[in-house]
Order: sequence, then structure tokens, then C-alpha cells
Amino acid sequence: MTHQQPIIDTSPKVSDEVRQTTCYMCACRCGINVHMKDGKVAYIEGNRDHPVNKGVLCAKGSAGIMQVNAPSRLKAPMKRVGPRGSGEFEEISWEEALDIAADRLGPIRKKNPEKLAFFTGRDQSQSFTGFWAQNFGTQNYAAHGGFCSVNMAAAGIYTMGGAFWEFGQPDWDHTKLFMLFGVAEDHDSNPIKAGLGKIKARGAKVIGVNPIRSGYNAIADEWVGITPGTDGLFILSLIHVLMKAGKIDLDYLSRYTNAPVLVNATEGPEQGLFLRDDDDKPLVIDRNTGKLTAFDKPGVRPDLSAVHTVDGVTHRPVFHQMAERYLSEEYAPEAIADKCGIPAKRIRAIAGEIARVAFDEAFELDQEWTDFRGEKHSKMIGRPVSMHSMRGVSAHANGFQTCRALHVLQILLGTVEVPGGFRFKPPYPKPVEAHPKPHCGVKPDCALDGPHLGFVRGPDDLLLKEDGSPARIDKAFTWENPMSSHGLMHMVISNAHAGNPYKIDTLFMYMANMSWNSSMNTRGVIDMLTDKDENGDYVIPNIIYSDAYSSEMVAYADLILPDTTYLERHDCISLLDRPICEADGAADAIRWPVIEPDRDVRGFQTVLVQLANKLKLPGFTNEDGSAKFQDYADYIVNHERKPGIGPLAGFRGKDGDQAGRGEVNPDQLDKYIENGGFFVEHIEPEASYYKPWNNAYQDWAVGMGIYDSPQPYLFQLYVEPMRKFQLAAEGHGERQPPEHLRERIKATMDPLPIWYDTDQTGNEGYTVNALTQRPMAMYHSWGSQNAWLRQLHGRNPLYVPTKLMRDNQLQDGDWAKVSSPHGEITVPVMEMAALNDNTVWTWNAIGKRKGAWALEEDAPEATKGFLLNHLIHELLPPKGDGLRWANSDPITGQAAWFDLKVKIEKVGAPDDLAESQPALPPIKSPVGTGPEELKWKVGK
Amino acid sequence: MTELPNSTERKMGLVIDLDTCVGCHACVISCKGWNTENYGAPLSDQDPYGADPSGTFLNRVHSFEVQPKPCGSEPAPAAQLIHFPKSCLHCEDAPCVTVCPTGASYKRVEDGIVLVNEDNCIGCGLCAWSCPYGARELDLAAGVMKKCTLCVDRIYNDNLPEEDRIPSCVRTCPAGARHFGDLGDPNSDVSKLVAERDGMDLMPEMGTKPVNKYLPPRPKDQMEDQIDILAPLLAPVAEEPGGFMGWLDKALDKLPGQTSGGSN
Repeated sequence: MTHQQPIIDTSPKVSDEVRQTTCYMCACRCGINVHMKDGKVAYIEGNRDHPVNKGVLCAKGSAGIMQVNAPSRLKAPMKRVGPRGSGEFEEISWEEALDIAADRLGPIRKKNPEKLAFFTGRDQSQSFTGFWAQNFGTQNYAAHGGFCSVNMAAAGIYTMGGAFWEFGQPDWDHTKLFMLFGVAEDHDSNPIKAGLGKIKARGAKVIGVNPIRSGYNAIADEWVGITPGTDGLFILSLIHVLMKAGKIDLDYLSRYTNAPVLVNATEGPEQGLFLRDDDDKPLVIDRNTGKLTAFDKPGVRPDLSAVHTVDGVTHRPVFHQMAERYLSEEYAPEAIADKCGIPAKRIRAIAGEIARVAFDEAFELDQEWTDFRGEKHSKMIGRPVSMHSMRGVSAHANGFQTCRALHVLQILLGTVEVPGGFRFKPPYPKPVEAHPKPHCGVKPDCALDGPHLGFVRGPDDLLLKEDGSPARIDKAFTWENPMSSHGLMHMVISNAHAGNPYKIDTLFMYMANMSWNSSMNTRGVIDMLTDKDENGDYVIPNIIYSDAYSSEMVAYADLILPDTTYLERHDCISLLDRPICEADGAADAIRWPVIEPDRDVRGFQTVLVQLANKLKLPGFTNEDGSAKFQDYADYIVNHERKPGIGPLAGFRGKDGDQAGRGEVNPDQLDKYIENGGFFVEHIEPEASYYKPWNNAYQDWAVGMGIYDSPQPYLFQLYVEPMRKFQLAAEGHGERQPPEHLRERIKATMDPLPIWYDTDQTGNEGYTVNALTQRPMAMYHSWGSQNAWLRQLHGRNPLYVPTKLMRDNQLQDGDWAKVSSPHGEITVPVMEMAALNDNTVWTWNAIGKRKGAWALEEDAPEATKGFLLNHLIHELLPPKGDGLRWANSDPITGQAAWFDLKVKIEKVGAPDDLAESQPALPPIKSPVGTGPEELKWKVGK
Repeated sequence: MTELPNSTERKMGLVIDLDTCVGCHACVISCKGWNTENYGAPLSDQDPYGADPSGTFLNRVHSFEVQPKPCGSEPAPAAQLIHFPKSCLHCEDAPCVTVCPTGASYKRVEDGIVLVNEDNCIGCGLCAWSCPYGARELDLAAGVMKKCTLCVDRIYNDNLPEEDRIPSCVRTCPAGARHFGDLGDPNSDVSKLVAERDGMDLMPEMGTKPVNKYLPPRPKDQMEDQIDILAPLLAPVAEEPGGFMGWLDKALDKLPGQTSGGSN
């Protein structure tokens, strides 16, 4: 047949209309163009104008179309009619559902609001859900940060007034060396991929420090396959080598950090506290005059070296203590190499490369700026070394100190808020002092006395009752974990079940799969949710749950409030909460219903407004008793946190021309929609770096309503609030820790970063590290049952390094029993060579319970898929001291998921086993299963 | 059987950077979304919620490990994981076209894109069998052969803004690891990139002359060998204990804006 080609239409119509909203397939919150045909969603792509993704979109985002048509979507409110866990429900009307909830919650509020525990999981509206809980009056509210990455958040805020997460970014345009610690595919995912692409295109180097060489680490130029949990030690060794060689930025340290701040060095109740003036300002020695002065006075050159003695009390600069500690040979590469699993030579090479890039490749931007001491600078000095880290180093019991060590390394190099380094995104930087403290003032029939979560400055801020017992159900902000800034969602169910510190009446949860992959000890949690007391009543009397999908948690609730999908709802991605800013601008965004639900479901936030109206909660009710807001959209536009400041910063004021501050604009949502679903206010170049100390930035932030007056501050290499807890443990002050916690507080609350091995008591014989991560195509997604995504990652073998495969005579497809002191699972294995020699891992949350998510019961997720959660307990093995210690960071309470140690043994021939163990019995699906074939074309 | 054109006016294709691809599958799903809704029959999925979900994809990412061999007595360098996106390479000598019994498969003269005219496709599968790259998939619902169209319904589409007239996979790639252009023009950006980064053909021994090119991963794990170069950077400022503070004082004096040293 000779060559012939048909004439084809290369310019077909793409869609009838494009509606621009915000993705919710993960925590990244990209802008999306939703192409509509015949009123249906035809295609989703990234929004080129959007500050987060600039047009690109990940697999989750593009698969959103399969989320909107998912067979697992709940259809109507339901009340439980069988035993908990049976999945027996009856569909009810919204009127009945709201009545049931209000009838339950009303009396709780009148009598004792703390009997409601309200915890939200993958919530992107925490400033609203927190506002609701505060007006309800319970202190028992938090989202999922406590079991996710609070170590990273709290360490960042306490150290430098901002954290990694999506709250900052490497200066991708200028950085020449990027170091990535641990699994970090969880937050800011498209910006990080785009940044990696950018620096790779320039030929800049990437160093990946991670036991597993997958994802971002697969493209790292240097892979450091570190032993899990030893990142802090490795970082302190880098600090040792760099300090010893003088490769630190002394000018930066003296100007912008508390390295020169004088610390009381004399034993007693003041030891370790800062020397302060009458205005409570930390004092330094001015190197120009040799005199004592407040750190922020005009013209002061703080001295890193000078010691000050007055009335027989010696005060030494923080930097002295740092030199003393980190120059010690205990941090020499040779001393820590074996522990970290990294040759000493390699540690030195990495330190050398950091030093070379930070100092030999330093550069200047021709940009004037003025600092908070009034000094004018003609240039901005770039130190092109940047770092990032997230969940990986965070989810260990030494995670807080490790995250602190990492920030201290960045600061010693002078690479934070400078060109080429790490940059904050508004509303950060923001010092601890500008954050609220936690509150627990509960009174019947009243709102709580302040925000639930915050940052403690010392023992006085702990949330303890008069008898010293924890005020919160999750025991956040107690001596067990004083700086638990995100709460401890993972402890709520076990504490409520144990009635310790007290019993609750209603557990109210949103988007939190606590009876499955979001809990340690999954089987145990299921038992707690279904356990009955001697009267035959459930130990946790009432459970209300909201979810858009038929997740494993649905069967364990008494009342289901079905949520919409993300394309069917209003939302705001707010500066009051977790906005979508970039380093060069403040930005926020909305979601709006680009399609209407075809089921009897309502957006959860609207349901909360309706519940608030029924309960007549203050904050939601006008003086005449009428409702302030009809639904969430109404709240987004009309709520004011302070006069002129509301959930959305853009298009404020009558004419919609004000940014940040301004009166309510009734057309605000339309303005957002016209603008592509988001709003950006850019920062002038003069204000773009050195933000914590830059007058131009500080003034801009005040104008935007980020704070009410300029808040310049010093980076806290030494965290004084931690020292205050140590002082209490040493016996000083009125508020004293319980005896059994004294030694631990002294040891762990060190105000300068330390590394300690996590508690191995009871782990004898369990020596292999076991980790999880989620694939990039599913991270932070509520859509792992998605028809397209599950074809990418529908199976999760246990990945085992070559050495352990050989040692245990394992081959791909074999089954292994994996056990910990807490339990055992039997799972399929697969060899992976690019993996730390003593570490196994799997993809988390691929495994599904039979009957959930509208999957067939023989779906691989339900037969071969498995959870490591069965091996992890919320408590450590008993130590023989009569106490049970939490499996969490002793500073923040972050769940120590990645401290898991296991034993691995080959079992059976592959034919003997068809399913991973334990195989839990199926739960009855409230939605049935999906179609047998998909041909999803909505256009002609 | 079907003839190829003698030559094509342009050689449009993809350049895929294996040094940058993180294996996120964004391209895979964006392609699925666009091509389900657009050119020809939708890309169907069989058993999408069941035991063996299996759908049609025009682009897939395969991941494989590379274990470098040991050199001398040194232990083998660390293994590497490569993410390898794969779709039709729009070969100049495309065996999938010449094997087609009906003329349904063809290579376009104007841009070299290999397409399937679904009206003429009988679903015999010969083309998939002949493709050494496994780049064609028979859609089980429609019974026709599906393959990458290089988004022929995007790249010339007057209904799209000009900047969007690129394949869906290229537009969406978060890491910017995919590039699109005319590989027949030595002055095009893609051709320059291929020259600069030693871009490679996939399996050139098959004689298919693929148009798409792959940029190989850069050498990895080299830093340890540079320790001698880097060592002087790490020379201690002082050998004796206490010497560090002496260095510190001198160093502080050298900072800009210091008028004198002092302590009290």
C-alpha cells in the first residue's frame, strides 16, 4: 500500500468552558483548569498563572476526574443501625442528621464542652474548624499534624520563626547545592519537583540523605543511604567539621542570630537563661564599645566572643556553648561514621562541598536594603546552599532535636533568608512571640478562652488542670510532651478508650482514617472503637464522622455526614491558616462548586455552619439570635477575625481593590473566580530577602495584616523556652514535672541541638529498620482507590535490601513474616538494591480493608496489600518500671512511626499463601462496588 | 502492507531527561486524561475497581535499578534507581507502519508523527507485535490500536493558547523533564539539548531510527573521590584546644564595620 494519510481535524474544540479552582488531591493545593463539556468535567490541567504550580500538575491532580466520579462517594447522611463496625447503616435526611448531632452536642456544651473531642485529619480549613471548636468551647481540637510532621513545624518556628513544609522554599533560582534529608515527597510537591528540574537544568548539585533511593533521591547526584534515625548525628558532625574549619558565617551569626546573646552560666534558678534588660530584651556586648546593650539597638555589633561578669555571675554568649559542644571530638566524622552508616571520608567530602559552595561560590545581588538596626546595606549576599526536609527526619522520637540541628546547620552557614539559600513564604517569618499560646479555659455554655494550639514559652504555658493532670484528651502541652504544637491526634482514641485523663462523650472526626492507616496499632484501635463497658454501652459513647468516601472509618461511626468532592464545594486556602504563598508574594485561593453534587451531600464546613446555627454558637450568632452565616461561602466572605481581616486577603473593600486589610466585599468570591481562583500580592525586591530583619518586608507584612507592628527578631540557635523546662526538671520554679519525667526532661529538652538514640528497650532481637512512604502519585491523597492511580500503585510488596534477601534466602514474590515486639504480619517481598543494607520499607496506605473504598473484595489492595501499622504501637514495649511510655517524641509528642524495628523471616512457599496477614474480615459497603469497565468520555 | 513516506518535512518528537525524571507519573495520567477525552476512542479501563485493573495507557513510566560493577578491590558503587518514561518514539523507520495490513497505521509527511486511523484499524495487533518498544496498546473496549499521537490535536490547535500547543505530558511535567520540538532541525532547542547532553536513541540496534531521544542520567556518587580537592577547605583554624576562640577574635576583627575588638 503506497503512503497515504487521512485528513484529520487538528483543531478540535477543547471544551465548552474552563472553570478555574484549586486542587484538593493532596496538600499541595495547585491551581487547576477544569475543562467542562455539556456541564460535565472533561479534563483537568494545571493553571499557568497560579503561584503554586505555574501550569504543571501531578498525577493526582490529573486523576481528579476519577475522584469526582468515584463509586466510593458517599451518597446521603446515614445513621448506624447495626453494631459498630458492621457497616449496617440507614440513609436519613440532612434534617434528621443535623438534629441527631445537635441533640447530642447541645447538652454537652451546656454541661461540659470538653466531652466533645473534635479532630480533623486532612483538613484544609483549620482556621475555620478551629474557630468552630473554639466557639463550641471544647479544648479538645486539633488536626493531623501530631502524627505527621509537627517536629519539623515546631523546630522551625522555635528556631527560625518558620518551617520547611510548604511555608518556605529553597531559592531555586540561585541555589547551587541542594541537600534533601529524608522522605520529603509529602508537602509542596509540585514546587519541589519544579525546583529540582530548575537546578538540574543549571547543573547544580543535589545531595539526597535517605535510606531509600527512590523519588527525589533517585535523581540526587549524591545519595547518602543513612541509617534511619541518625540524621541528627550526621548533621552535628557536619557542624563539627565546618565550625572547626571556621567555615561559618560569623557576620550573619552576630547580626541575625542569638549566637551573641549572653546566657547566665552560674548554677541556680537563672542558669541558662538570657541576660535581659528592663524591657525584657536579650542583651549582647557591643563589639564597638565593649558595652552591654539590647541586641536591637541602632549600630550595635554584637560580639560572639565577649564574656560579661556582673555581681559574681558570669554570662557567656550562646556561641561559646556551641563551640564547646560541637567542637568536641564526639562529633568527629570518625566517631559517628559507623552509627550513621556513612564513611567518615564521605562525611568530610560533603562538609567540604558545603563549605566550598557556601563560601567560594558566594555572590552578591545588587539590591539595597535596610535592617532593623537602621543600617543600610548596598548588596544582598548570596550563600547558594539550600536544604529541605520533611516527614522523614521528623517521625522519630529524636525528630525535634534533629530538625533543630538541621536549622542550626543552615543558620551557621548563613543560608536562611539570603539569596541562594532557604526563603520563607508569608505569613512567615514570624517569631514564636507572634504566635498564640495554647488555651484550655473551658466553661459550660461558653466559648474557649483562646486558640487551642500554639507555642509554649515555658512550664507556665502547659495545659494542666489544677491537680496537674492533662487538660486535653490527647495530653498535648503536658510534661510528657511540652511543645506539642499540633496536638496529638494519634492518642485521642486510646486515651478516650482508657478514660485517661478523662472520659469523653462524643468523638467528632473529619477525613481521618483512624480505623486504618492513620492509626498505630490498627487492630487495637478497631477494638477500642467497638469496645463496650459492663452496661453494654460503647466505651466511646458517640462517634460522628464526615468523609466524602467510603473509607475504612465509616463503619465505626454512629452518624455519617457525607462531604462533597473538591469540585463541588467552596473552600478558602487562607492566610489565617496554610496559604499558598510564594517567597516573593502573599497568595491565597478558593475552591468553588464547578459542578453541583448529584447526591444528597454537603460540604463539611457548611454542615459545621448549620450545626453552629442550630446550637447558636457565639461567633456564628448575631446579638438578636439570628445566624451570621448561611453556609461556608457566606463565612468566607463575611467573617472578620479582626476588623478588616478575614479568611481571604484579596479583593477586600467595597470596590475590591484592597489587599490584606479592608472591609468585607460581598463580591469577593466572584472576584476570585474572575482572577482564576486565587489572589497574589507581590513583594518588592528590596523586601525579598532577609525578611526577619528587613524593614521594607516588616512594613509590607504589617500592611498586609500579617502582624500589627514590625516584629524583627533573632534566629534562636539556643531555644530559651526549652531551658525553662530543664530548669523545672532541676527543681526550680513552682510548676514541677512528675518525678518519673524529670530525668528525661533534663536530657531531651536541651536548648542546643543534641542527638540521642531512640529507646530500644524491649526491642532485643528486632534490629531491622522498617519505614513507609507514600508514592508521589498518592501522597496526601484521599484517592488511592482512584481508578487511574491504583493502576500505578496497586501493590505494595515489602522492599528488602539485597543483603537481607540473601541472608534470609528470599526471592522476589516470596512471603516473609515480619514481626516487632508488638505484632506480626506476613507479606510478599521484593528485592531493592538502592536501599540501606539494614532497612526494609513499603508504600503506606495501599493496603485496604475488604469492603472499603468501593473496591471488589479480591482487589490486590485488599488481598496482598498490607499496613506496617499492625507492627507499631502507640506505646513502647513495657520497660519493667510499671509505666508505659509513648512511642513519640518526648518534646512534641510527634508519633515516632519511623523508629520501628523488625525481624524478618521467610515463610512457606508462595502457593501456601494467597493473602497478606492479618486479613481482617470484610466490612459491609454502604455504596457497593464500582463498574466493570470505564470509558469516560463526556464529549462527543 | 503499508509504506512509509520517503521523508518527512519535520521530525517532531520528545526529549526525555532521565537525569531529572523523578518518576511521579504526572505525564502518564495527564496523557490518559487528554487522550480519553480527545483523539479517537477513549482510553478504557477494564476491571477498574477489581482484582486486575488494566487500562489503556499511551505513556507509562517504568522504574529499574542499575547496580554498577565493582572497580578493583573497592566495593561496588551504590545502586541507582532510574525512572524511565516510555511512549511511541515516532520512528523514522517505523516497523509498526510497514506491518499494518490495512493502512490504518501511518506516518505523517508534515511532522513525522505516527498515527492510527481508527476507522481502518481492524485490531489485529500486528503493529504492537512489531514494535520493539511495546509502545502500542490495543484498547479492549474499542477494539482498536491506541498509541501516542504526540497530541496532534493540541500542537496545531487554534482553540488553545499558543503556549499550550504542546503535548499534554510536556505541559504537565512538574520537573520539566520532557521537551518537545523538531528533532530534524539541528538549531531547534531540543536538538541543541540532545547535542549538549549526549542524547541517545533507545535501542538503536533495532534499526527503527527513533525520533524521540533520551538524555542519560549524569554520573552519580562522585563526591567522595573529590575529598583531596575539598580537604584544604576543612583545615582546622586551630589545632590546640582553646585556639578556636583566638581565631574567633581575629576573625571578628576582620568583619566589615568593626571598629575594635573588645571584651569585658
